[in-house]
Parts: sequence; C-alpha cells; structure tokens
Amino acid sequence: MEITKQEVEKVAKLARLAMTEAETAAFSQQLNQIVAYVQKLKTFPTEGVEPTSTVLGQVNVFRPDQAQASLTHDQAVVNAPDAEAHGFRVPKIIQES
Amino acid sequence: MSIYKLTLAELQRKFTAGDVTATEIVRAYFLRVAHVEPKIKAYVTQCKDAVTEQAEKLDQALKGWRKTVPMMAMPLAVKDNICTEGVRTTCASRMLETFVPPYDATVVAKLRAQNYLLLGKTNLDEFAMGSSTENSAFGASRNPWNVQTVPGGSSGGSAAAVAADECVAALGSDTGGSIRQPAAFCGVVGLKPTYGRVSRYGLVAFASSLDQIGPITKDVTDAAILLGVIAGHDPRDSTSANVPVPDYLKALKRKDLRKLKVGVPAEYFIDGLDPEVEQAVRGAIETLQELGADIREIKLPTTDAAVATYYVIATAEASSNLARYDGVKYGLRAAESKDLLEMYLKTRAEGFGPEVKRRIMLGTYVLSAGYYDAYYGKAQAVRTLIRREFEAAFQTVDLIVTPVTPTPAFKFGEKAQDPLQMYLSDIFTISANLAGLPAIALPCGFSRAGLPIGLQLIGRPFEEETLLRGAHAYEQATTWRAKKPAIR
Repeated sequence: MEITKQEVEKVAKLARLAMTEAETAAFSQQLNQIVAYVQKLKTFPTEGVEPTSTVLGQVNVFRPDQAQASLTHDQAVVNAPDAEAHGFRVPKIIQES
Repeated sequence: MSIYKLTLAELQRKFTAGDVTATEIVRAYFLRVAHVEPKIKAYVTQCKDAVTEQAEKLDQALKGWRKTVPMMAMPLAVKDNICTEGVRTTCASRMLETFVPPYDATVVAKLRAQNYLLLGKTNLDEFAMGSSTENSAFGASRNPWNVQTVPGGSSGGSAAAVAADECVAALGSDTGGSIRQPAAFCGVVGLKPTYGRVSRYGLVAFASSLDQIGPITKDVTDAAILLGVIAGHDPRDSTSANVPVPDYLKALKRKDLRKLKVGVPAEYFIDGLDPEVEQAVRGAIETLQELGADIREIKLPTTDAAVATYYVIATAEASSNLARYDGVKYGLRAAESKDLLEMYLKTRAEGFGPEVKRRIMLGTYVLSAGYYDAYYGKAQAVRTLIRREFEAAFQTVDLIVTPVTPTPAFKFGEKAQDPLQMYLSDIFTISANLAGLPAIALPCGFSRAGLPIGLQLIGRPFEEETLLRGAHAYEQATTWRAKKPAIR
C-alpha cells in the first residue's frame, strides 16, 4: 500500500509539523519502506486475540480525593517561553473574520 | 588504585570506612572527565561547581561521628531525559535545550535523599529515539573501546561514561533496548527492570507502556545495589507496581546455577547474527552449563514480529506523548507566528530533529482514521501473542539467554541514512519491552577488532533476583570485566 505525498502532507498537518518539499519527499519514501516492512504483522493470525495496551493488567488506579502539595504558580510558568501574570501568553486564537 | 577505577561497591566501602572523602571523589572524577571527555563526549551537562560545593558540605557534616547511607557521596551520571530539579534536562533536543525542571524524577529524589553526587547529565538520541546517539541535537557520544564506533543508544552517554570511568554508575532508560544495547556496545552491565518495577515519574515520556528506568554499571553487583535504591512503588506513577523490593544483593550469594533451567531460543540465532557474536554467546551458554544450569532449547516463533510490532506501538505512543511540545508551557517557541496553528507547526518543525519527526509521522499515520485497526490494533494483538509465548516459555525455564545485538558496535554513519536498518539492530532487545520482562546485558567476550560483545538474560516479571543470580555467577566465572578500554 503506497503512502502518497498528499497523505504525508495530511499526516504532517495532523502531527502539527511544518514540512519543506524535500522533507515531504524524504518522509514519503522512508515511511513507505517502514510501512512495507510492518505488513509482516499480517502473517501472524490474531483473530479473537485481546489487544495488549499495558502489561500489568491494571485498569483504574485510584487515590483519595485529597489536596496535595504541588508546584507553585511561579514554578509552573518558570519554563514558559512567554508568561504573564502566572499565565501562558499565546498568539491570538480567535481571528476577526 | 585510582578512585575512578573502583566499582560502586568498592567505593561505598572506602567512603563508609572514611578512607576517602566526598571532596576527593569529586576531584578525582572531574580530573578523569577533563582527561577523557574531549574524546568520549558522554555528557550534555556537567555539574562540577554544584557538586563540589555539595561534597564540601557533606564532608563538613560527616566530621566527628561518621554516619553514612549507601548512596552517600556516590558519583553518578543521569541520562538527560530524567528530570533533575534545578539542572537542565534537554532530552538532547533543541526543543528542551533550556528546560530546567522544577522537580526531581522519583528515582533522582531517592538518590538525592541519600546525598548522592550528580556529576552530570548524559547524552542520548533525541527523546531516546535511536540506537547510536547520532540523533542527539548536541552531537554524538563515542565508544570508549574505539572512538570511530558508536556507543549505542539511546542511553549511549550513560554507557560510555561508565565504560570510560567518567562516573561510578549511571541511570539510563530502556524502551526497546536503550539500556542493554549501549551497555553491550560499551562492555558494561545494563539492566532493564520489569515494567512497573521502577517509577517512571519524571522520566520524559517516549512510549509509556514500554519505558523503564534502570542502572548501567561496571559489574553485576553494582547493578543489584543501584536497582535496590531506585525500585519500588510510587503513588506518582500509577503504572508502578506495588510489589515489595527484595534485597537484591542476597541474590548474588549463590555462586553456582544448579537447578536453574535456562532456555535458548533458536529464533535469536539467525541469519545476520555476526559469527563472532554467535561464538561468544555460545561460549557463554557453555559456561552457564558448567556452572550447573540446565540448558534447554525453546521456541519463540513470534520473535520475527517484534520489530514491526514495536515500531507501530512505540511510535503511536510517541506521537501522542510528544504532542505536549507546543511552544506554550515550556521549551522552544518559534518566533513570529501569525496565529496559534502556525506557532505549533513552526515550533515543532524547528524543535524536533529528523528521527523524532519520522517517528511522530509514523505514529500519527498508524493512529489515523482508516489505519488504526490495520496497524495499531493489529500490533497490540501481536503484542499479546509475544507475551503469551514468553509466559509459556517460562513454564519450562527460569531464564532465557540470547545475544543483545546482532553485531558489535557499528561505525558512525553506517546506519544513519537507513532508518529501517537502524530499527532492525534492536531485534533481540525489543521483545522484553513488549512483554514487560526484566532483562540484563553483560559482557561475554570481544570481537577480533577489540569491541565488546554482550550476553542477554531475560527473566520472569519481578524476578530480577534470578536474573542477577545468573548474571553474577557468569561474571564471576569469567574475566571479561577486568579488561578496560584504552581510550585513544
């Protein structure tokens, strides 16, 4: 199954990765090679086999709903590229049309 | 004997006895680092000033009545994807080049509580994605046995630092072999614990269902010591297991392997396995037999699916985990974006290197509408087959013995242009992660070119003691660990 250049562009957008023409070309070649290799999974019959998402078999791990010590406001924003008044500043989200 | 040549166990004894001070330890190690680091490049960040000051305070406090704890003044290196409060944690990525965590990973907090000495943070493939450290944004580390070859990866900086005596022991992380493969390439011991044995809190997530932190050390005894310190349940990691931590050193007391059943899977001795590696591993199996082990052939036919399964599951989880790097909360933000979407697109394009992008792309693809069942769902089902196969094998054997890698360390650039070839070099280590099993790598010989060869033992879940017992008996019966690299 061939992954087209259009498909690579679509996946890049879903993954929020801006890509140059050269990157798109290189990735479509490499992804095709890797996905072709992955086809070998089809040769292993798995009908009725439960999927494994985690090996320990835990389902939900609960703790008492009690307040605990956590990062301070200052600590929480200390690594932010752009912070103001204990908040994260970002470019405008809603544009005027 | 020079301080930096001692093992962790030896250095602990000397420090406890008062034969060496913390200040002397720090001085000896930074002299060593200054001497070999220009050739090895194991560290991303060194903590010389902070740790010198800490050592002086420690020595002051210990004057008079000398009361120590096991890891006190022990000079360790920590892989740079494990958070250290106040010390930059980069994941060898431009994305986190300036990130200073406001908290410690649980494993680091445990070491800090015992006043360990953090010498520095070690290099890795960006976000632990790779097998050579060639994917580090800050340049590759080199193999102390031959600086023309890779140290392995992703914990290549940690393994190289231990092999070059630039720290007494190190922490690494292992998602598909990232502790064991570099340990094998650098001729040291690397242990990936059972999934859930060690808290992942503060380990920057790559593939959450596979990642596990573990020790990289000069010998098996040191691995037992360090595992004992970092293991245990942690309420902050809901996937950590509430299983008591035994005294791992006790497991080392028996020197023979009588009544131990050891399985040899035919699927791990295949075309593409370097003859020198095969010879060394077969030789090691004979030694295990001489030590009393009952050697049996076993079958693990789904091994052939492991690499494909892994590169679907690990990339799917990575694409989801790495979605957090959005240029908002921490890390890099691209300059001048007209809106939020453009900021995301540009930030991630600038911050991630090619291998990380490739894996995010593959992971996004296998999770996308129309392909989810065919790839991700299928891989999860095959993962179940792989687990069941190990469960069945462990009905008849106590340990499984295999090579760690198909070849000794390869040269820089040899696989860098061919991602699939690089992925296939993980073929023998990946299954233990998929099945959540503990596994250890230790030296079992050298190639004619003088490069180390590794032996892998895989055990039942939470039976690190059996793993350590087998590894220790083998180590004590052989002399590989006495050989040290001549760093040129």
